[in-house]
Amino acid sequence: MALLEAVGICKRFGGIVALSPLSLAVAEGEAVGVVGPNGAGKTTLFNCLFGILHPDAGTITFDGERIDGLPTFRRARLGMARTFQRLELFTGMTPRQHVLVTERVRAGHGHLWEDVVGLGRPGPEEQRMADEVLELVGLTDVADVPVEALALGTGRLVELARALAARPRLLMLDEPSSGLDGGETASVVAILTRVRRERGTAVVLVEHDLDMVAAVVERLVVLDFGRMIADGPVDGVLADTGVRRAYLGDAT
Amino acid sequence: MSQFLSYALPGIPYGCAYALMAVGLVLTYQASGVFNLAFGAQAYVSALVFYIAVHDHWPKWAAFVVAVVVLGPALGLALDRLLFRYTRTAPPLVKLVPALGLLLAIPSITQAIFGSAVRDSPPALFLSPDHVYFHLASLGVTGEELATTVVTVVVVAVLVLVFRSGTVGLRMRAVVESPRLTELAGIRADRVGAFAWMLSSFFAGLAGVLLATVYADVSASNFTALLVAAIAAAAVGGFSSLPLTLVGGIGLGVAQEVIGGYLPSGTILSSGLRPAFPFVVLAVLLVARRTFRQGATATDPLAACDPPPPSLRPPPRMAEVALGTRAFTALVAAVFVVTALALVPGNWEFTLTQGLVLATIFLSVTVLTGMSGQISLCQAAFAGVGAFCAGQLAMHFNMPVLAGTLLGGILAAAVGAVVALPTLRLGGIALALLTLSFALVADNVLFVYPWAGNGASGVVIPRPTLFGASLAGNGAFFGLALVVLVLAGMAVGVIQRGSVGEQLAAFRGSETGARSIGVDVRRLRVTAFALSAGLAGVGGALYGSLQQSVSPNDFNYQFSLLFVVVVATMGVYSVAGAVEAGIAYTVLQQAVDNLPSRYGSLLAMVFGLAALSYVRHPEGVVAFVKRWVLDRAEQFARFLQRNDAPDPSEAAAVPGGGR
Repeated sequence: MALLEAVGICKRFGGIVALSPLSLAVAEGEAVGVVGPNGAGKTTLFNCLFGILHPDAGTITFDGERIDGLPTFRRARLGMARTFQRLELFTGMTPRQHVLVTERVRAGHGHLWEDVVGLGRPGPEEQRMADEVLELVGLTDVADVPVEALALGTGRLVELARALAARPRLLMLDEPSSGLDGGETASVVAILTRVRRERGTAVVLVEHDLDMVAAVVERLVVLDFGRMIADGPVDGVLADTGVRRAYLGDAT
Repeated sequence: MSQFLSYALPGIPYGCAYALMAVGLVLTYQASGVFNLAFGAQAYVSALVFYIAVHDHWPKWAAFVVAVVVLGPALGLALDRLLFRYTRTAPPLVKLVPALGLLLAIPSITQAIFGSAVRDSPPALFLSPDHVYFHLASLGVTGEELATTVVTVVVVAVLVLVFRSGTVGLRMRAVVESPRLTELAGIRADRVGAFAWMLSSFFAGLAGVLLATVYADVSASNFTALLVAAIAAAAVGGFSSLPLTLVGGIGLGVAQEVIGGYLPSGTILSSGLRPAFPFVVLAVLLVARRTFRQGATATDPLAACDPPPPSLRPPPRMAEVALGTRAFTALVAAVFVVTALALVPGNWEFTLTQGLVLATIFLSVTVLTGMSGQISLCQAAFAGVGAFCAGQLAMHFNMPVLAGTLLGGILAAAVGAVVALPTLRLGGIALALLTLSFALVADNVLFVYPWAGNGASGVVIPRPTLFGASLAGNGAFFGLALVVLVLAGMAVGVIQRGSVGEQLAAFRGSETGARSIGVDVRRLRVTAFALSAGLAGVGGALYGSLQQSVSPNDFNYQFSLLFVVVVATMGVYSVAGAVEAGIAYTVLQQAVDNLPSRYGSLLAMVFGLAALSYVRHPEGVVAFVKRWVLDRAEQFARFLQRNDAPDPSEAAAVPGGGR
């Protein structure tokens, strides 16, 4: 049974069809890349899967349960996590605080009575888990620097750390290497590989950097104008002529 | 039918007055990105200068030129250069607070310059205001009505033409979205921004001179009241379409007159609903229309070029400095208590008690605006709910005041939660305006009922007793207020450092990000509102008990605006900021009361001007000064350490508690 199953997702914005019926299935622990030209509907797909947008038609199932009607925060609590194309960091907070608040929300904190009685502060176990995530992502040196003072590449790592702090079953990354140099991209690849190996997290990766995607995923899905034009093992898809025409143009 | 017309037709010139103000508001908002609530105050300045010049026997055209053509744009230029230039890429709160500050400062500066004599029978610009020029459906049309209607329509038509045909409007809107990008396109953003302010301030001056005759006398509060009602008309246009705003204004005026005509007179609903009608319309529009929904706001792609803003939380301090700060705070608090109880005369003790009570109300602003980033312009109304609840319970059920205060806080919290519900889809300015409309409906309708605020007669709240012992004496009440403030401050501090506080901080940083990690943002927002309103309610009930009698006028919307300005200026992100704001405000008020009446609004002027510093120091003026002092203290402490122990492993900054 697939971990995430989206069937027949459609989304229109006025006259523009962002997603014509699109279906995607992700198995437990699988890594899937989603690529395609700009405007193909990749981020729209993510937004529909995560509840930020409501699809006009189609069903989405996570772990056997229908999640179409659920608001974003409930989907997050079920075990989905995501990073954003344009960073959505908590300005004013440090990377450590990003990770801590995520862990604690997942653990079910956030009640007034807890704070008043003195149970509201992070405990040593939570701090230890936070240190672990920060070390995994390589942010230990800047763990206590407010995020607005960090560079873009580091900001992307903070978003990644935040997504991992929730120990998600499904990690959805939207162009994580955008704006990163070769070295930073390589560290993201290393982190994702390690996370998949150690935790068995399923990964869906939207990317333009085909080398990076090929290094992380086994399966590749190609979107073009809201339709899926290919879905299969990485090498096969990249060699497909239809994909090449859509992505690279005709002059081969 | 003719009865309908007899109600509807006089509504047209009324509606044009709304439309003129609303168009000015929309113009300013589109051209500068600032929702300029001080537009009415600017109109007042030109109206006043025109009045004085005409009474000094200047010819009308000369008076007009000075008051509108010269003064208006000059004021606008000054405002842009000194103030709004720095807020171009700032978040909504940072843009709103200076506008609120100006709302306070401009009338009081004007009063200080020109004196506060009553100015009645304002002169008209064209036509004589009371002369009936012709009849329409057997109703006489006066000069004032004719002038207002004709000029409004003409002016709006001219503006629409100017914006449609040239690149002027496009450039102004581009600068609002991203000054740096427009500069990359070869446009001088500073010049366009300055021109935008000069244009909208000219318009304010024009509106001021034209609409002065609508009222019996020239006063700032009349213009602001008109402006606040006109916001509904601007909302019809979605804060962007000038023609729709005109239609909205006229519609609002006509509807208001028709409703006033058909409602049975003498009931509270009729006497309250008519003035409250624009605010009800505003609330409905804000909630119902898609335009005001909190969508992905267009962010300036080049905003990252600005240096990061000063951190809102104070930096961790060296252990010695942190200890020193704590000791100093304790000392100051002790001195304060001793002074209030023993060293000053009774009226000052009363003032300081008032400061403590006000600080409790201000903590509500800290929670809602500081911690959750939502701008609320109705905190005084929540305080009123608490006060009237306690008073009514004491009057009708002989409930002890302390119990009534607690229940008043709980009721206010419930009201806060209810008010929060329609705000869940809104953000920024729209949210602030929805809370403002609630405040105005409370002022005009809710609090007037005898079972609430009892209108002008007010509600009596006796001094409290505790287990039989009376706390009526000034000293005893001071003690009570101090205990309540300490408890409230501790509660807010604990929440800020705990799990609710960190989720609020996350929400404040990025709502989408917060939802993506599993934060129930809706519940969080309602909780913040309820908590904030509860604090305001408790403070309000205490205030009522201190004064022993309160009426709705003690909690009107102008206080809500003032509260936001005062707290934001002092420091909206910390408990200390609220406490300092409360005490500073009441102490200054008392000090100013002893000056001649010309300087009566000195306090408003001081805080108004201080609010302008908010632009550079959103963490708060006092927080900024404190940080500077503590930075020097840390430097000094390090210097001493270096001299004492010259070994290379000198203590690095140990994260202390700070303030």
